[in-house]
Amino acid sequence: MTATRGAAPAHRTATTEPSVLFDAPGPRARLRNNVITLAVAVVLLFIAYLLIARMNQEHQFSGKLWKPFTQKDVWTKQIIPGLGGTLKAALVAAVLALVFGLIFGLGRLSEHKWISLPAGAVVEFFRAIPLLIMIFFALAGPPAIWDAFGRTLPPVSAFLALVIGLTLYNGSVLAEIFRSGINSIPKGQSEAGYSIGLRRGGVLLRILVPQAVTAMMPAVVSQLVVLLKDTALGYIIAYNDLLNAGLRVVSGNFGNIIPSAIVVGVIYIIINIALGLVATWLEKRSRRSRKSTARTLSGAAGAPPAVGMGSAGMGAAGMDSAAT
Amino acid sequence: MNFHALLDFGPLQQEFGTVMKAFWGTIRLSLVAGVGSLVLGTLLAAMRVAPTPVLRTAGALYVYVFRNTPLTLVLLFCSLGLSDTLRLQISNDPGTNGFWLAAIGMTIYTASFVCESLRAGINTVPLGQAEAARSIGLTFGQSLRLVVLPQAFRAVIAPLGSVYIAMIKNTTVALAAGYFEASAQMKQMFDTYGGTIPIFLGFAIGFMVLTLPTGFFFGWLAKRLAVAR
Repeated sequence: MTATRGAAPAHRTATTEPSVLFDAPGPRARLRNNVITLAVAVVLLFIAYLLIARMNQEHQFSGKLWKPFTQKDVWTKQIIPGLGGTLKAALVAAVLALVFGLIFGLGRLSEHKWISLPAGAVVEFFRAIPLLIMIFFALAGPPAIWDAFGRTLPPVSAFLALVIGLTLYNGSVLAEIFRSGINSIPKGQSEAGYSIGLRRGGVLLRILVPQAVTAMMPAVVSQLVVLLKDTALGYIIAYNDLLNAGLRVVSGNFGNIIPSAIVVGVIYIIINIALGLVATWLEKRSRRSRKSTARTLSGAAGAPPAVGMGSAGMGAAGMDSAAT
Repeated sequence: MNFHALLDFGPLQQEFGTVMKAFWGTIRLSLVAGVGSLVLGTLLAAMRVAPTPVLRTAGALYVYVFRNTPLTLVLLFCSLGLSDTLRLQISNDPGTNGFWLAAIGMTIYTASFVCESLRAGINTVPLGQAEAARSIGLTFGQSLRLVVLPQAFRAVIAPLGSVYIAMIKNTTVALAAGYFEASAQMKQMFDTYGGTIPIFLGFAIGFMVLTLPTGFFFGWLAKRLAVAR
């Protein structure tokens, strides 16, 4: 996105140094800073106090609500299987979405109108509608359609519906990332390819894709973080994922919604930050190795904010421009 | 063979009023959460570039927590946690209460994305602008308000548009918090009539009617207000 601008990076990382927006504090500014620090700390502590007092009032700190999380069985029999469900759905959907994205991204770049137009329509359709209604349709649609042809289909499992929905949505976003990644390679590259006698396919596979891959890696990883976060929608269709394990299974057994939500939330945050760090690392690496990456036309290749469609998805898109 | 699952738009016509009401629920939630997250997101962005370390840390912590938590969890925490367990009631009317809980959840979640877009926008403002602002004696607050943020906002209109389109689509998740909007209505119709293609298409088009113009509007605005440098 906007992350690559001349002299900016050195400034941005310096947090304690005087930033662009304010001078190095002198004695008065330091005093003022300390006063503000104190005031803000008081306000934040007050908010925390209100919440904690309320939780205390409703007995949310009583040991019996938190004790389940010290028991081995709760972890091995409920939370870990739930986490496994989340990771399984995310992994399967990620692989399928990458394949889907590759096919439709390259399809949209095709020079044949009868390939590029349908591919574009499919991609734009799935990006424009909410993931959740796709999941609902994947769940209820196929049996109804089969029924119209006089056959019966066994009900679609929650896992399958979730994977289908995640694949179609994230696959479409990935298709756009691939397309914009390839479009960001300077024209001279493909012209050079044609001039040494390669055909369209050869130029694409031997010249453009290898160079584009490194440039778009961070955006791809960010989208996979989004995908992982979106598996939490499985809760709504009763797929046994991490959220379901925490908020239905554990809290169903022990009546501890708030402690469960906090524990599950922390697990999600840890996983997503770890993946985000991978994205940042990849971005740094691809910025360093100019040998394998073509100079792109528009800075880092990210998901383009195409007309009418959000690339922000359900989650952490734009991770490349964020400080992770 | 009966092709009602493929071609029959009847259910949509029969329940047209309810469907429109459901989409109004989506629009209402989007508007409130959109305004709320713009205000909160701007505040967070200002905190994240502030001279006071404690403000920066608090802002960063907020963004880390809510960007990396699934929206479903945030909304469930609002409904099951804040409302049912901690018994925080905003209104005695359960419908109004549900709406505001969903709006709070959407606002809290979306604000972190608005904040990050804005911060990226602040990074696009040339150094000279901020330096000039400082050199004529503007304080941090003044230079942010009068010089940096106006330019930053204009630079991030397109990314903000993406955030808001995502937010409109995300309002579907509010059904997990028991709020009645379009996806809840679709689920209900699937349960009654079966998961037919016409019903799905009807709702898909309904959402496209909301997201596409939003996209065009933000695209137009971004072009119109682009900072010429």
